[in-house]
Amino acid sequence: MSLVNSFSQGVITTTADQFLNWTRKSSVWWMLFGLACCAIELMQTQGPRADVDRFGAAPRSSPRQSDLMVVAGTLTLKMALRTKVLYDQMPEPRYVISMGACASCGGLFQLAYSVCDGVDKVIPVDVYVPGCPPRPEALTEGILKLQEKMMTETWLVRRPAVGAQA
Amino acid sequence: MDAASIHSRLRDKFADKILSVEESVKDPFAVVDGAAIRELCTYLRDDEGLSFDVLTNQAGVDYKAEGHVEVVYHLYSYKHRHYVILKVRVPRDAAEIPSVESVWKAANWLEREIFDLLGVHFVDHPDLRRILMPEDWVGHPLRKDFVEPEEYHGINTTRESLLR
Amino acid sequence: MSIAGFEVEVERGTGLETEQMTLNMGPQHPSTHGVLRFVIKADGEVMRRAVPDVGYLHRSIEKISEKVGYHGFMPYTDRVDYVAAMFCNQGWGMVTEKLADIEVPKRGEYCRVIAAELNRIASHLLSVGTMILDIGAITPFFHSFREREKINDLLEELCGARLTYNYMRIGGVAWDLPPGYEEKVLGFLGQLEPMLDEFHDLVTENTLFRGRCSNVAAIPGEQAVAYNLVGPNLRASGVRYDVRRDEPYSVYPELEFDVPVGTGAAGSVGDSFDRYAVRIAEIKESMKILRQCFRQIPDGPVVAKVPRKLKPPEGDAQIRVESARGDMSWYAVSDGTEFPYRCKVRTGSFAAMSIIEDISPGLMLADLVTVIASLDIVAPEVDR
Repeated sequence: MSLVNSFSQGVITTTADQFLNWTRKSSVWWMLFGLACCAIELMQTQGPRADVDRFGAAPRSSPRQSDLMVVAGTLTLKMALRTKVLYDQMPEPRYVISMGACASCGGLFQLAYSVCDGVDKVIPVDVYVPGCPPRPEALTEGILKLQEKMMTETWLVRRPAVGAQA
Repeated sequence: MDAASIHSRLRDKFADKILSVEESVKDPFAVVDGAAIRELCTYLRDDEGLSFDVLTNQAGVDYKAEGHVEVVYHLYSYKHRHYVILKVRVPRDAAEIPSVESVWKAANWLEREIFDLLGVHFVDHPDLRRILMPEDWVGHPLRKDFVEPEEYHGINTTRESLLR
Repeated sequence: MSIAGFEVEVERGTGLETEQMTLNMGPQHPSTHGVLRFVIKADGEVMRRAVPDVGYLHRSIEKISEKVGYHGFMPYTDRVDYVAAMFCNQGWGMVTEKLADIEVPKRGEYCRVIAAELNRIASHLLSVGTMILDIGAITPFFHSFREREKINDLLEELCGARLTYNYMRIGGVAWDLPPGYEEKVLGFLGQLEPMLDEFHDLVTENTLFRGRCSNVAAIPGEQAVAYNLVGPNLRASGVRYDVRRDEPYSVYPELEFDVPVGTGAAGSVGDSFDRYAVRIAEIKESMKILRQCFRQIPDGPVVAKVPRKLKPPEGDAQIRVESARGDMSWYAVSDGTEFPYRCKVRTGSFAAMSIIEDISPGLMLADLVTVIASLDIVAPEVDR
């Protein structure tokens, strides 16, 4: 991101898109959505030492107030239907981090009869974080990667309304 | 009290209901008549010298080759610190056992789990529904001949086989 | 979703007819510690009944045991209870050792106990930390998690993982203690003690905390036994029973420790406060055990010789382990092949979850959160 300092004091110029994206990436509110083992590491990420609040990521309890869903843990078939409902409740723009091997592909539990192998069978995923479970540092890196992705988005172009092609 | 003397007490009391006992294995057990299980458990709980006040575990095992499902009751007494293991064998296609929920409350969920995963019906259970699997699930997964469904509500469950 | 007995009914003739509400809590709820669901029938703020609906984390671990073999199942046992994975490792190790008649070397047993007691402290810290968080105080959560991170570091040094350890093997443990481990652990214990005192001042004596916990969902001893409540929950109800002391396994007979029970310090025996207090007392007992272990640990091998393709003789076996959430009962059946025929684990949270429906009538809605947290329920342990 190039902020061109064209004035001498206290003023910076930037593009509107970059400014919007910068504000968005600095307050990624993630939904408390711990499913399994990874949820403990998710709590540690939010706890002291890893302290993901430094990057503006704060936990919210309701999907309606969240920008980011961290799918932390094994997604069972029984839970998969609810996950879809929760994802649908989140306002746009919304992002999904698939945390850990189970959420990404089923991981250890590919052999199970009751596990959905990969959350991407149900909802779209932006960032996959490997590990079983990933360390707090790995999840922090995942959030930084998501912020990088956010910075590349453009908002001030006219986009066709959803379903307008039909 | 050791397993042998508990078994002999049971034999004295319920002669023909005790089908066989095995005392030379690591965990001695008694195979009992399923129809009498509640009566037996009530006796084991209420008798002063036995007082089995807790059902520590209740497990179902599907013996497909032998054609029966076995439900194993692990009882323990906090008062006397002794164990007894009871086994009930019921045919796979007509698996029905009287519930012991009225004897120990702990049996409520344990029996629901066995019903859910192994398809054993517990007669007189107050609330026999699926507990772990979704309510619209078909089949009992811990049966040896369970076949995984290919799809569940539009979610594909097939995958490459990793092991055998 | 049809849950039996949940048609709306109105109490007539009292002059204060109120319509009962049916509320849904979970499966995604911040205070449910994983994915649990309750269907609550409430009259205003007072619950008439709360029916738990579990299975959202049923990962078919028992079925997987039939597919992966005795050694291969060890990593899966970590996931039975990820907060206290060492005990599940130990349980599976012990039940297989009983099936196959394997004896664990003395040093291996001590390594197991050291790892397990460290894990017990970590688990109890998580339990009390999140309980206070659920009740509404945020700061103590950071205190307890700060200490938990240090235990995670210690366990990571021991086995390379922070949460899912896979440290134990059938016949012993994977690795010996790393060099200098004793000083590190004892150093940690030395600074955990003042932290516990600080925690005590901050939380235990706190009027608000006591107000939220005392006399909430007191479980009498007989009811706890009938529901097979185990571990700290059972002891809080005044039943002095600990598998480590009363059905000793491993090297626990050589170690001295007390079994704390609930005293009703803030109200009645067996209430939520007692369950909290028992856990804090158990952390201190675990510290005592750890110090003794390092004094007594002998030299020697840490793992017995076990064949790669383990084929225990036909038969079944049951063992019990005192996990952080209480008596964990493992039952395994061998058919003489290298794959277990059946494995069943009955866990503490399963029993704790089943009692909620019975103790919920008359509680306030907000108390349900206290009850779940004080019973220390971990979802995968219920569902497996």
